[in-house]
Amino acid sequence: MSELDFSLPVVWALVIGVAVALYVVLDGFDLGIGILFPFFPREHDRDQMMNTVAPFWDGNETWLVLGGGGLWVAFPKAFAIIMPALYLPVIVLLLALIFRGVAFEFRWVAKPHHRWWDLAFSGGSTLAAFAQGLVLGGLLQGIEVRNGEFAGGPLDWLTPFSLFTGCALVVGYALIGATWLAMKTDGDVEARSRRLGVGLLAGLLGAIAIVSVWTPLAVPRIAERWFAMPAFLWLAPVPVATAIAAAACWHGLRKRRHLMPFVASVALFLLAYVGLVISNVPYLVPPVLDVWQAAADPKSQMFMLVGVLVLLPIILAYTAFNYWVFRGKVKAGEGYH
Amino acid sequence: MGTARHLVPEFGNPPRPPRGCAPREARMGELDAVFLARIQFAFTISFHIVFPAFTIGLAAYVATLEILWLRTGKDHFARLARFWTKIFAVAFAMGVVSGIMMSYQFGTNWSRFSVAIGNVVGPLIGYEVLTAFFLEATFLGILLFGWHRVPRWLHVTAAILVAVGTSLSAFWILAANSWMHTPAGHVVRDGIAHPVDWMAIIFNPSFPYRFVHMLTACYLTTSLVVLAVGARYLLAGRFAEEARTMVRMGLGMVVALAPLQLLFGDLHGLNTAKHQPAKVAAMEAHWDGSRPAPLVLFAWPDEAGERNVAEVSIPRLASLIITHRLDGLFPGLKDFPRDERPPVAPVFFSFRVMVGLGMAMIALGLAGAWLWWKRRVFHTRWFLRLSAHAWWTGFVAILAGWMVTEIGRQPWIAWGILRTRDAASPVETEAVALSLALIVVTYTVVFSVGVWYIRKLMRKGPVAALLEPPKGVANRPLSAAQRAAAEAGTREARA
Ligand code: HDD
Ligand code: HEM
Ligand code: HEM
Repeated sequence: MSELDFSLPVVWALVIGVAVALYVVLDGFDLGIGILFPFFPREHDRDQMMNTVAPFWDGNETWLVLGGGGLWVAFPKAFAIIMPALYLPVIVLLLALIFRGVAFEFRWVAKPHHRWWDLAFSGGSTLAAFAQGLVLGGLLQGIEVRNGEFAGGPLDWLTPFSLFTGCALVVGYALIGATWLAMKTDGDVEARSRRLGVGLLAGLLGAIAIVSVWTPLAVPRIAERWFAMPAFLWLAPVPVATAIAAAACWHGLRKRRHLMPFVASVALFLLAYVGLVISNVPYLVPPVLDVWQAAADPKSQMFMLVGVLVLLPIILAYTAFNYWVFRGKVKAGEGYH
Repeated sequence: MGTARHLVPEFGNPPRPPRGCAPREARMGELDAVFLARIQFAFTISFHIVFPAFTIGLAAYVATLEILWLRTGKDHFARLARFWTKIFAVAFAMGVVSGIMMSYQFGTNWSRFSVAIGNVVGPLIGYEVLTAFFLEATFLGILLFGWHRVPRWLHVTAAILVAVGTSLSAFWILAANSWMHTPAGHVVRDGIAHPVDWMAIIFNPSFPYRFVHMLTACYLTTSLVVLAVGARYLLAGRFAEEARTMVRMGLGMVVALAPLQLLFGDLHGLNTAKHQPAKVAAMEAHWDGSRPAPLVLFAWPDEAGERNVAEVSIPRLASLIITHRLDGLFPGLKDFPRDERPPVAPVFFSFRVMVGLGMAMIALGLAGAWLWWKRRVFHTRWFLRLSAHAWWTGFVAILAGWMVTEIGRQPWIAWGILRTRDAASPVETEAVALSLALIVVTYTVVFSVGVWYIRKLMRKGPVAALLEPPKGVANRPLSAAQRAAAEAGTREARA
């Protein structure tokens, strides 16, 4: 294997890893807001909540397109196994995103008959989060592959484990949603988000603990990775940092800090994500296909990488600019619409 | 390569016995999943394209209105810009969500396609995400919600960037699609296409024609909608100033673009005759390549009998159009083996629908131009009524044009490289059927309601858009926003 053949797939795995992480965090809070809708029955609370993400949701969702598209560009063989294997959850995810995506615009036009779109928004967001959890669980537990193709049945992904990861992701997104609201709103919405945040934090920590026990027990490969001796020392900071982030989040929620709970909940998410990555490196379809086996033609990876290196910083810059334009709290009864 | 490795899930399901998953040849009879996947693709892309066709044109229109507003300071341009921005927002949301479905379908339904030509087509779509999708999606936020938050020039810039983004998106996706029609700049090894020359791949032989024809189609479609809305207001005696502006701008574009589109379409057809002769034979229902072809105005193509039934035609005219000689010859369908011919009837009829509508648009433009010149355009009720009812013609022509292009490409998915039936995913028929059913229900409900909402916004009209903003408009200029942010900051520090 030449040096390029070795390093290009690694760089690409990093790029996709970053895109997925950004997606999970960015769309996480805006899906979270939909998940929290049932806890805020009043119309003007809901207006206020939606207005905190209205200028951002489309850009946030684009990271999903980059994650999926990037996987196709860089690792077509992995894309071609994962998508058919997780066919139904992926379709459900996309349909759920349709309902909640159009709700951003439809809800305002429909007023005063917007009840259905409230439902579409919260139902769609919850279902999308759940389906993403199913995808995650389905991927972690392994996919049946023969001759480089998916060879399982349409319901292989459906296990207690994937159902559990589905629920865990709903709780997780709800937490980032709540901390986002604590930062971006005031008045009743803020107060209630803080209260909900504490419970959700506890829920998420429980879920992280369960996954951390379940996966090494079920998959010896993962247990080996974490508990073999020198590696154990290297990896020990992950759980420790998780504990610190959790404490910061709890403290920030209780003491009415604005930024701290959000930052801490994002950190918590990223740490859990890093944990999963560590468990599965270097596989894209664990444990069948690693990044080198799945890689596209180096010429394709190179051509696209040039684009990523030039364009991604620009994209990040104008995304940051957009958040800056719409910075500050969205007050009750006030919006951009 | 790990191709021969047999592996089963590590936990969860017990290992299952082999499903009798047959090698590719043996699957040929089993067309069901492929067939459903094709219907699913045709259905979802047909819904999707309706919205881009409108948003590509509308983004450019809104940007133009804002530039006019910035330069003249006239209020009605701002009112119009705001009005169309609201409609744009609804259409754009539908374009985005239906588009995300499209890109994931390459993996769910067409995984073998993804492997076989992913090396080439993947990066083109990747560039679409990086150059276009992020740009439109991000500046959309400022375009929709930034009216009172950013200075005018920045708002205008956002409008322009969104318009640029939509056109860039068309650029890349059409490069990908055109490559599937006229592949170039690649080599095929073991059934997998590998890139050799990216410039040749992007600017493949049919791309310039397809890009120009499609962009013009989008602008034409939107102009017809703008014209129709303006005409409706004039007929109803509402919003006189805005309505006149819309009629002027919409009609002006139709007058200019409709004839151009005929020219572009003709050039496109010549290019197709060179690269995909079987498609052109199907478009013209031309069976016998040894004789000059008549222009078939109407016929029922009989594929089994290899002839046309009930044909009405003008002798030699098709030869003249395609070869520019009255006795010119071009291949007929019989020159191709049966399994390399596209389905004839859908291609033939769709082509006639598109060209027929194109001619109708030219006629509408000519009538409008004449009335305009006579200074009667705002008062001639028959013309206004006609325009008011012509709003759908662009959309139907676009759908028909894509039917010609895509069905005419069959049986290939990537011309000469990969057949459609070899491109599908190894998924169970039931899974595809279930997802198709869910998609049909969702799309029908969501997008019909969306179109109805667009109608609702159009009925409300431009003045309403400015005079009664939905409640809770943030009336904060930039400085106020800064103050608010500063306050939030100090509160945070105090807390
Ligand atoms: C000629 C133009 C054109 C064509 C042929 C297509 N699209 Fe499209 N697409 C657009 C023009 C466009 C656009 C103008 O950029 C959209 C439409 C409206 C919108 O909101 O953005 C868009 C949105 C859009 C999105 C959402 C982007 C976002 O997150 O902002 C995706 C993922 C796709 N498309 C993918 C596809 C795929 C996979 C196609 C083909 C199979 C396809 N589009 C055909
Ligand atoms: C935007 C307008 C488009 C429309 C209306 C359209 C329409 C269609 C239709 C009707 C089919 C089914 C043909 C058949 O099976 O007989 C089809 C197939 C297909 N098209 Fe397109 N298409 C469009 C653009 C694209 C683009 C931009 C791409 C890719 C970059 C693409 C890729 C495909 C693929 C992969 C199939 C599936 C295989 C097949 O059924 O032939 N299409 N399209
Ligand atoms: C007026 C005469 C027209 C002619 C002679 C013409 C010609 C053509 C031809 C030959 C194709 C097939 C190209 C191929 O796949 O190889 C095509 C496709 C297409 N046409 Fe037209 N066209 C005309 C009008 C229109 C109009 C008015 C619209 C829409 C407003 C339109 C929209 C399209 C679209 C969207 C496609 C598919 C994309 C593409 O291949 O470019 N056309 N046209």
